[in-house]
Amino acid sequence: MEPLPGYEVHEYDVLVVGAGGAGLRAAIAAAEEGARTAVVCKSLLGKAHTVMAEGGIAAALATVDADDNWRVHFRDTMRGGKLMNDWRMAMIHAQEAPERVLELERWGAVFDRTRDGRILQRPFGGHRYSRLAHVGDRTGLEMIRTLQQKAVALGIDVFMETTVSRILTDAGRVAGAVAYRRESGELLVFRARAVVLATGGVGKCYKITSNSWEYTGDGHSLAYWAGADLMDMEFVQFHPTGMVWPPSVRGILVTEGVRGEGGVLLNNKGERFMFNYIPEYYRAETAESVDEADRWYTDKRNNRRPPELLPRDVVARAINSEIKAGRGSPHGGVFLDIATRMGREQILRKLPGMYEQFLRLADVDITKEPMEVGPTMHYIMGGVRVDAETAATTVPGLYAAGEVAAGLHGANRLGGNSLSDLLVFGRRAGLHAARYAASLAQVPSISGDEIEEIANEMYAPFHCADGENPFSIQKELQETMQDLVGIVRTGDELKEALRRIQALKERAQRVSVPGNQQYNPGWHLAMDLRSLLTVAEGIALSALERKESRGAHTREDYPKEDPEQAKFNLVVRRNSDGEPVLEKVPRPELPEEVRKILEEA
Amino acid sequence: MALRTISIYRGDSGGGRFVDFQVDVEEGNVVLDVVLKVQAEQAPDLAVRWNCKAGRCGSCSAEINGHPRLMCMTRMSMFPADRPVYVAPLKTFPLIKDLVTDVSLNYQIAKTIPPFQPRPPDPDGLYRMSQEDVDRVQEFRRCIECFLCQNVCHVIRDHPENKARFYGPRWFVRLAELEMHPLDTADRRQLIREMAGVGFCNVTKCCTEVCPEHIKITDNAIIPLKERVVDLYFDPLRWLADRLKGKRPGAVGAQQ
Repeated sequence: MEPLPGYEVHEYDVLVVGAGGAGLRAAIAAAEEGARTAVVCKSLLGKAHTVMAEGGIAAALATVDADDNWRVHFRDTMRGGKLMNDWRMAMIHAQEAPERVLELERWGAVFDRTRDGRILQRPFGGHRYSRLAHVGDRTGLEMIRTLQQKAVALGIDVFMETTVSRILTDAGRVAGAVAYRRESGELLVFRARAVVLATGGVGKCYKITSNSWEYTGDGHSLAYWAGADLMDMEFVQFHPTGMVWPPSVRGILVTEGVRGEGGVLLNNKGERFMFNYIPEYYRAETAESVDEADRWYTDKRNNRRPPELLPRDVVARAINSEIKAGRGSPHGGVFLDIATRMGREQILRKLPGMYEQFLRLADVDITKEPMEVGPTMHYIMGGVRVDAETAATTVPGLYAAGEVAAGLHGANRLGGNSLSDLLVFGRRAGLHAARYAASLAQVPSISGDEIEEIANEMYAPFHCADGENPFSIQKELQETMQDLVGIVRTGDELKEALRRIQALKERAQRVSVPGNQQYNPGWHLAMDLRSLLTVAEGIALSALERKESRGAHTREDYPKEDPEQAKFNLVVRRNSDGEPVLEKVPRPELPEEVRKILEEA
Repeated sequence: MALRTISIYRGDSGGGRFVDFQVDVEEGNVVLDVVLKVQAEQAPDLAVRWNCKAGRCGSCSAEINGHPRLMCMTRMSMFPADRPVYVAPLKTFPLIKDLVTDVSLNYQIAKTIPPFQPRPPDPDGLYRMSQEDVDRVQEFRRCIECFLCQNVCHVIRDHPENKARFYGPRWFVRLAELEMHPLDTADRRQLIREMAGVGFCNVTKCCTEVCPEHIKITDNAIIPLKERVVDLYFDPLRWLADRLKGKRPGAVGAQQ
């Protein structure tokens, strides 16, 4: 390979960006396929956002409910996604999830057990049967640790605290990536035949979110700037239950597992208000009375599911409505009660993390009193458009899996389907990236001039005198998205959001940071602004274009579902000026056999 | 809101000092909130690691008023309002910058531990384990790798030269988790004694005290590992069997 003077250069067949569940699973698959593989991650290994996943991994293992199988899981996923899902992805996901969970067990994961020693599964919103393999309320930690340890055992190279800034292409194909080490600020060049994006989500566009600082939409943005398509960006999930008090913890996740274990939502009158919000679409399978709902936990055959376990979009909107109607809790949420539903010992065993979190951060003992909860931005269903079988994007050599990819979840994701998504499509992305890399006759080339140009852009904030503080721009963006592109949207507000994002894009060109390039978070954020603004604009544009309410996308000015708009997905891609353009991509007709599965009772 | 002083260590491998910042502290604020507020409003280049902000990822370990803690789980209200709250980096690890230390030693150690090696599954391809049998392993797998236990362990905190021959509490938890996993078949006892140096631990339980996950590191992981090593090396039946086979007592594998 030709030298690139002045830069540290590494060469791999497959470069995986992100070390959460999807990235690690992809790296394992690529390495097992024989590819020289490296993982690049922004934090230390094992700290990625997967660690925050609490409730469980959805997979039709049928250890608790013998009637469960992939067809029901597929149907639940499609219904939860308001049929906007890529049906083929949803099918692959439901079929392969059980094997991916069992594989984790073979790699050392220790799930909670049934009485006969098999993997225990718990109920969750939108899933017909008890389907979530779990470890108390720290399932994500178990998953990431297992994958991390497997990756270490395979000797995969990991570049920790390293951020990828650009994907390099050669004649439209992936050629590598430019990154920087957070510790030293030094630039790294990766030559790579294939790149897997597994960067997670975009939560840091919002003010109230369950997501960490890492969730700045890097993969979405890297793909967009490399010429790939972003799809379904209007579908942003607000998790119904985040903490609301005290202010500094607002948004921190309260697992759906609380409701899965029997927790109920109450307004300030003590009513289980979810009975008033059962959509027609789910009426036939939802309990009508408190008695029936309570019986369901022990007898699922003869009773229907409690309305607290409706899909997240429904529950989040219901909570929003209760609060707006003045029936909220003292700090602007609603009550989530597990204390009167379960014994102290059992709460400590099944929800130890929640107990600790509320006790430490909010002085609330959840075994004695209810929690206060409200919606928090949690997940984006939209992302990079990929091929269902291979996780390939529209750019040759570029793959995407996990939250950064679109398609599986449609207009709304069911809880538990994210962890299984990471495993199923992480593996496929790694496998196919490795095969693609092996199939290339020539290593794509990268240009020193291009790298020079990228380096100049990256270090610009150090040379900009009297520019703005990047933290101020991020804060304004978060307020804009929270206020104008939130749970309930209107056309006027979305247009206003786009105006403000445009202004922020211009201001982001002139940020400056003090200090040097060694571990400098202000500078890191200055570079992340590009990603944040790219995804924020994609979300707002798509949300303005979808003139209906469907799944997680609610338009006050178009409150109903419109069958005509179920016929297309929205795709955002950049034009030659770097500006985003929207396209309505027609959705394929569902094959007859698929429709049959969806109609099964 | 109340104006409070937070004194944050700023510096790098070449040295540093505590710098005072005045911050408006809101009700319920944790130390990490205040550090991040300083970063956003007063010192954008202040280096700090954090991720989940909910005690689940173990990134934001620091020494707060001299006590090793997670910044995200430590409320400002714990400390007297009229005195500064001091935040310093972990002492046991080399400083990179401000509150960020070089914990790479831990990732090097992880690579030396022989991985999980399960027995074959049941005839139907599944594994069965009772909850009672996995309770202890699950306790160990709660570890969030915050490395607070490594930070307070006297064996390496006061004697950096021991880092080459003593793995530290986090890694005994990991080894115990593998050794007590009902499905695992590998034998890591020699490594535990020799490379990991379990014998250096003098059972002061400092690690257990600081564990944010309340893992009973000393009682449940380290002491049983010490016992296992002793069993292996000083088991009389094994000694006799080895003698009968003509082996030297205690010679397991290539110990020399």
